[in-house]
Amino acid sequence: MAEIVGAYFTSHVPAIGGAIHKGLQQEPYWKPFFDGYQKVHEWLAQVKPDVAIVFNNDHGLNFFLDKMPTFAVGAAAEYHNADEGWGLPLYKPFAGHTELSWHIINSLVEDEFDITTCQKMLVDHALSIPFELAWPDVSAWPVKIVPFAINTVQHPLPSAKRCLALGQAVNKALQSWTGDERIVIIGTGGLSHQLDGERAGYINREYDQFCMDNLSVDPAALTRDSVHEMVRKAGTQGVEVLNWIAARGALGVEAATEIHRNYHIPISNTAAATMLMEPA
Amino acid sequence: MSGPQNASEPIPGTHLFDGNAAAKGFELNAMCYSFNDAANRQAFLDDEEAYCAKFHLTPQQRKAVAERSVLGMIAAGGNIYYLAKLAGIFGLNVQDVGSMQTGVSVDNFKAMLLAQGAGQTYDEAHDAMIEKEKVHG
Repeated sequence: MAEIVGAYFTSHVPAIGGAIHKGLQQEPYWKPFFDGYQKVHEWLAQVKPDVAIVFNNDHGLNFFLDKMPTFAVGAAAEYHNADEGWGLPLYKPFAGHTELSWHIINSLVEDEFDITTCQKMLVDHALSIPFELAWPDVSAWPVKIVPFAINTVQHPLPSAKRCLALGQAVNKALQSWTGDERIVIIGTGGLSHQLDGERAGYINREYDQFCMDNLSVDPAALTRDSVHEMVRKAGTQGVEVLNWIAARGALGVEAATEIHRNYHIPISNTAAATMLMEPA
Repeated sequence: MSGPQNASEPIPGTHLFDGNAAAKGFELNAMCYSFNDAANRQAFLDDEEAYCAKFHLTPQQRKAVAERSVLGMIAAGGNIYYLAKLAGIFGLNVQDVGSMQTGVSVDNFKAMLLAQGAGQTYDEAHDAMIEKEKVHG
């Protein structure tokens, strides 16, 4: 039977990709952030996943506003990055795990989650940067992926409660998968930041702390706020913490064990965070 | 438009990209989405007027783009993820865009972010940024 080895949560700020490209990891601005990944590298080397279920959000690469699914699930054999319009390097492609994708899709719809299925899906920095951070020196990714794109762009967004339930339904699907894969769950984005409006530059350490303190032991605590209140507390883009909440759900309903945390303000306009958890 | 979302207290300095904004901003965001293609970025630079006309920007959107007004584009329904692609054509990053929206220099905007890293709350860092901008410009 497949094993869920744990969950990896990380910010996906585009500037991180630029810093990696230019080799700035040891510069004073970047070092406190990149130092948080040493433990991630060690952990991944130890738990050796071969599949990743990734919860992230598209930033106008794959989805335009003509069609905006609330929850989209990839079922492709390959996923490619492409030009995002503002000079990021092009990232490596990803191999999909189509059989597992369809197993999860079947199970989710059976459980009344009306998801959108994508046999083609471009993936942007929100997926590539977490992988660049996790496996910095590989020529090809060591895992196959099943990507989820959650709408964190156009309101109404799904509630935190619904995202947690989606993740838990993914966990249920994984429990009935008969393969012998070692699965890592990944949640990307956040934490608090706001790019737009007069409040641009807003960061909220206290709320981020609350989210990180509760995510492992009591994720339901993060679901008591409406999306509107989450935007007030986390910022317009900080609401990407919905990806973290869904990923936490996929780790299982039991309390999880936090094994690593790094938090640093600022990376670009963002409070950058990294966490690792193992199932109870 | 009425709806349950209006029961929520507005968030100062924050413009939620909801159905109203998405409908209002469709043309502008569609143009910005086209900038994922390098040839389209070049076409915009070659003839901005013609490129905007091709996407049927509304007069409000065209004016905001001509003035390079980020807040104007947001008021016209622009979404920041799409607007970032337009900003990228001019080599502007999110600190530049932050400085344009808050009306302070890029250095003062960056200092405000660093101050939050050093332990100030957003309100403290923001007030200090505005004060510094008044004194030093």
